Amino acid sequence: MILFDYARRNIRLHWFRSFLAVIGIVIGVVAISSMGVLGNSLVLSISESLTTVGDTIVVYPQSGAGPMGGGGGGSATGLRITPRQVDEITRAVGTNIVIPVHTGADRVIVGSENRAASLYGMDPADIPEILELEDGIFLRSTTGAMAGKKLAEEFELNVGSTVRIGEDGERVRIVGILKERGIGFDINPDYALVVSDRWYESTYGEEGYNLVVVKVENLEEIDSVKTAIEDALNRRTDVVTVLDTRKVLQTILDAFNNISTFTTAIGGISLIVAGVSILNVMMMSVTERTREIGIIRSIGAKRREVMRIFLYEALVLGLIGSGIGGVLSFGGAYLAVSVMLQSTTYLFVPSSLIYILYGMLFGIGTSLLSGLYPAWRAANLNPIEALRHD
Amino acid sequence: MEKGVNQRGESGLSPLIRLADVTKVYPLPAGDVTAIDHLSLEVGRGDFVAVMGVSGSGKSTLLNLIGCLDVPTSGDLYLNGVNVRDLADDPLTELRRDTIGFVFQQFNLIPLLTAFENVEFPLILAQGKNGGLGREEIAGRCREVLASVGLDESLASHRPSELSGGQQQRVAMARALVNDPDILLCDEPTGNLDTRTGTTIMDLLAGMNREGKTIIMVTHDPRVAGYARRRIELVDGRLA
Repeated sequence: MILFDYARRNIRLHWFRSFLAVIGIVIGVVAISSMGVLGNSLVLSISESLTTVGDTIVVYPQSGAGPMGGGGGGSATGLRITPRQVDEITRAVGTNIVIPVHTGADRVIVGSENRAASLYGMDPADIPEILELEDGIFLRSTTGAMAGKKLAEEFELNVGSTVRIGEDGERVRIVGILKERGIGFDINPDYALVVSDRWYESTYGEEGYNLVVVKVENLEEIDSVKTAIEDALNRRTDVVTVLDTRKVLQTILDAFNNISTFTTAIGGISLIVAGVSILNVMMMSVTERTREIGIIRSIGAKRREVMRIFLYEALVLGLIGSGIGGVLSFGGAYLAVSVMLQSTTYLFVPSSLIYILYGMLFGIGTSLLSGLYPAWRAANLNPIEALRHD
Repeated sequence: MEKGVNQRGESGLSPLIRLADVTKVYPLPAGDVTAIDHLSLEVGRGDFVAVMGVSGSGKSTLLNLIGCLDVPTSGDLYLNGVNVRDLADDPLTELRRDTIGFVFQQFNLIPLLTAFENVEFPLILAQGKNGGLGREEIAGRCREVLASVGLDESLASHRPSELSGGQQQRVAMARALVNDPDILLCDEPTGNLDTRTGTTIMDLLAGMNREGKTIIMVTHDPRVAGYARRRIELVDGRLA
């Protein structure tokens, strides 16, 4: 294709300024791609570390009149959800599973190690409903405990190990190790011991619960279940806060998506700068070749054929820049992700890599867009004046 | 070439080029300049016209008008019976591409393309989206015209900067001829050449005219004008 060859040769003739313009595109593409990959990795790693809690409603005691109340700080204020309120919740939610939970913390002693750990007290029958087993068996009786994965690793606990809960407390046998769960909005048992509610109540003299988890079977009911709980318990004054974890999750993911869009947009600014430099190079090219444009028109090239020559030139610059940029983006993204997230697990997943493709497409698009005006100028030159031009 | 047969068939009825009361005015900030002033002219097929006159007399404007690089301000210009005033830019460009070949004083080759590619360019532009000549046929046609202007085949892959003035003008003539146009428009074709080279170029042009090309040539060299069958002189945009 002679028009294309012609464009290509002109770039090679002015290789230095073409090279400078290409650098701009390269930087733009790398910036967009790396930021996109980083943002996506960020979102992915956040959602991975958050447990799948989309089907859960958490009820906390209302900790005060303030708007900030109810953020899970029930134990700090001493407020509890009474067994009677639990019954009301159970009635309000119908067939959905209601799991009242005691939360607390105590010293946990294994051999010479003595550390603080969270404690969860639950009805043994409820445990399989929200937690998964890694090793051993689920808690069946009043005595015994299950250990969270991270806690078990730190204390080197196995099924059958015994731990002492509290400085002068009882020795308890570990019957099972729980699967790692990630950060949840209901309970976080990874660094905790899970004991039976009876044991917890008799040891700490607790009557009420710190929170109640409601597992909603049908996700579409989640709003109506939430409303039902609020209607049942907050009749006169607000006594509980009802948290829809799906919404919380959505809010967090939205926030991170916004951050990721924002950083990608910053990368986009560098591409705009690159576009301006392409525009500049192309305008120079048109001005220098005014006479040539006149010749081409005189031998029978139509306006759109002249336009195509210059668009090809912009396209070649864009292709080279985006090609190099695409390759370098792997490095850029690797660098950004490993510095920001200290993990490159999410670098080579398709939803991250697609940003490199986007970056390249934007690079090519920017070049073409920047070439549009110069090409139009070239196409609309008066052939006679162009021929007279020196 | 069916088209060629038809055009030749019509040629007895109307002249190839006909200007009827053509005026070309260039609006300039200092006032309008009338480059061509109510000019009427007919050029028949196979004619060889030398256009003479001092600079500013409208020679180049006349050539640009006939070459469809510009359209008259008033009056009518017919090429092959087609009034160019009725044509939009694209059909005008097609008419130029298919019926006109330009030979310039400055040769005006494209420096980035080889001699061969310079010749090839208008031929490629003339190929329609579907059909048209294949790659081999295009190359064959280019070799043929380059041979007809006497350019050594070994020079075909050279860039214009590597060729002498005479060689460049031969390439330019091959480029003008490659689409087999009816009309060759030459603007001082020997102006940048030494006398001997100029003579060989003029001999070539005269040969093409004998083979049927209609030639309109702007010159102010009377010796060069001597090759033409007919001479016209312009003064202030009118025939003298």
